[in-house]
Amino acid sequence: MLTHKHLLGLENFPKEDIQKIIDTAFNFREVLDRPIKKVPSLQGITVVNLFFENSTRTRISFELAQKRLSADTVNFSASTSSLKKGESFKDTAQNIEAMKIDAVVLRHPAPGAPKHLTEFIDAKIINAGDGTHEHPTQAILDMMSLQEKFGEIKDLNVAIVGDIEHSRVARSNIYGLVKMGANVTLCGPPNLIPNTIVELGVGVNYNIDEVVEWADAINVLRIQKERMGIGLIPSEREYRKLFGITEERIKRNDKEIVIMHPGPMNRGVEIDSGVADSEQAIILDQVLNGVASRMSVLYLLLGTKDGDMK
Amino acid sequence: MKTKVLPKKLIFQNVGILDPVKETNKKGNVLLVNGKITEIGKFELPNDVITINAQGLILTHGFCDLHVHFREPGNEDKETLESGSRAALAGGFTRVCTMPNTNPPIDSPESISYIIEKSKDCPIYIHPIGAVTKGQAGVEISEMGLMKDMGAVAFSDDGLPIQNGLVMRKALEYSTMLGVPIINHAEDSCLRCDGLMNEGNISTRLGLPGNPSIAESIMVYRDLQLAEITGAMLHVPHVSTAASVKHIKEMKSINNNITAEVTPHHLFFIDKDLFNYNTDLKVAPPIRNDISRKALINGIIEGTIDCIATDHAPHTLQDKETTFDLAAFGMIGLESCFGIVKKVLVDDESLSLLNLVKLLTVSPRKIMGFNYDLLKVGVEAELVLFDPNENWIFEKKNVFSQSINSPFYGQELSGKIKYTVSKGYISQIS
Repeated sequence: MLTHKHLLGLENFPKEDIQKIIDTAFNFREVLDRPIKKVPSLQGITVVNLFFENSTRTRISFELAQKRLSADTVNFSASTSSLKKGESFKDTAQNIEAMKIDAVVLRHPAPGAPKHLTEFIDAKIINAGDGTHEHPTQAILDMMSLQEKFGEIKDLNVAIVGDIEHSRVARSNIYGLVKMGANVTLCGPPNLIPNTIVELGVGVNYNIDEVVEWADAINVLRIQKERMGIGLIPSEREYRKLFGITEERIKRNDKEIVIMHPGPMNRGVEIDSGVADSEQAIILDQVLNGVASRMSVLYLLLGTKDGDMK
Repeated sequence: MKTKVLPKKLIFQNVGILDPVKETNKKGNVLLVNGKITEIGKFELPNDVITINAQGLILTHGFCDLHVHFREPGNEDKETLESGSRAALAGGFTRVCTMPNTNPPIDSPESISYIIEKSKDCPIYIHPIGAVTKGQAGVEISEMGLMKDMGAVAFSDDGLPIQNGLVMRKALEYSTMLGVPIINHAEDSCLRCDGLMNEGNISTRLGLPGNPSIAESIMVYRDLQLAEITGAMLHVPHVSTAASVKHIKEMKSINNNITAEVTPHHLFFIDKDLFNYNTDLKVAPPIRNDISRKALINGIIEGTIDCIATDHAPHTLQDKETTFDLAAFGMIGLESCFGIVKKVLVDDESLSLLNLVKLLTVSPRKIMGFNYDLLKVGVEAELVLFDPNENWIFEKKNVFSQSINSPFYGQELSGKIKYTVSKGYISQIS
């Protein structure tokens, strides 16, 4: 199935496995278009969605993927857990492990938390976002959406625009896209793009107009409101002026530029409504592909044999 | 490790006697009677003497560490003066200076005398360092004069850098009448921000907030300039960056009152080693890149750095067995120190064994004003015997600290402590 037991991130994940996940996801995408959107592939498998950080869409996307595969799912979120009673991450995890589960989908504010979890539990672990480190399933669904749109990821010009430093979506996309042979350019305020990031094989350009002209696709990152006011982003209007994906910027170019956004969007800040709702935006396809991608990841990590997805 | 009261007469026979003061290394015998050195070199063997054949071993001054955390009072689950002493003996250390960031901090003459009293029966010499500011809050200077009278040998808010330049200046000025060093953990808290590891390509990849080199070097630079205008003694602890070494070198050329230390772990590891989020490598200041590591080594070889200090910082398993952001800063270091620095500085670099021994003996004792000429008749025996050629794997069984938070397990080290003689005791280290 896959060469790796867990999906902790894309940095050390082989290209062949990424391609296999994307190809299998297209098969599941077809399942999602059926009247009865369910297959028995993971019957009898129990998955815990362990969410130590608020999340709506990622958690629902994973839960749907599990249900569509007929897995048994349990949701555990920090607000309802014993964490508030001061129990350590290790104790919480070991308790869940003791209840005999097969896989953990982990969302955690600490970079490296999924790796840490592998040190004391045996279940398979899927990283659903660890702090500012990685969010591999988001990158996989982004790449699947690019492949759907363009047929191939290789040699595509993909721009990632926004707060790169604090973005796990950016990191996973960089690792994945570079591996798949795309050209990646990062754009955003210089104080939110670490200068060592070019060592990952990407370019950096602070001029959004040049980047828009160059790009086949733009992945627009959400600007976190909490970054305002601490010397990182002076104001929303200045951000929009310097980096916003505005209708005017998009219309200035003749070619059709594909627009992606991991959500939730700040309309009128990093992206104009006119762009977000336009034909060239594939933001809602990303959401659907997210369910298919996560089905594929779960299936390939937990399924018993190849081809068993009826 | 076995620790016993010294026999009335003990002789180390056929040992290499390395005297870091006279800068000699001669084979001979050393006789201890009632815990004091009575003969060195070639002499007629007395009767009724216990003999240790020390063929192949080097005998020299017991090591002195200016920077340890023994956690007493307040965190006796991590370390005590007693358990820390055992760790020291295992590493060849006979004398240590304890940092005051205990709970409560050592910031008054009463708390200094508490450490002095409690360490009286410990098998090594323990010198308390007092806090520079009350409660280590960085605001009001503490009763340095009264603390010195009770036995404080230096002042530091270690762990908590003195952010306010005026407080640092006033503390340095005040200390000039006491003639003891101020040791400031140099790290600008604004530049450090929430940094957890060295800022660079590794922190970017791991998604961990970076702590930039300049957070240290900018404050080292400030402290060096304040030391110059005040004439105070400044000791820079755990130097970790190339820029800090450069600033110290420049300022030392015009100011004799500046000294600096480096830890074994900053000489051994680089930030790439954190690729697995290993919390045992989480330390303040952080493990830097290879450019800084090499600059530290050069700083030692050319004499900019005066001594090795371990920054022995014990933590419980639960303090370290957690996610990287929540894990405690620090690692133990006494037991592994010699094997690491011998390997890095002597085996891999060009430092002589004599100069390495100076970094662990004469230099730190001079900084604190301790007696540093120890291989003399009549001096109370404070000695270490090591095998310079033994390669060994560092394991948990080599640890005598109450805590086991070391990133060195499984590493091959070079040079092994065999005996430590201190305060009338002899410890045999296996």
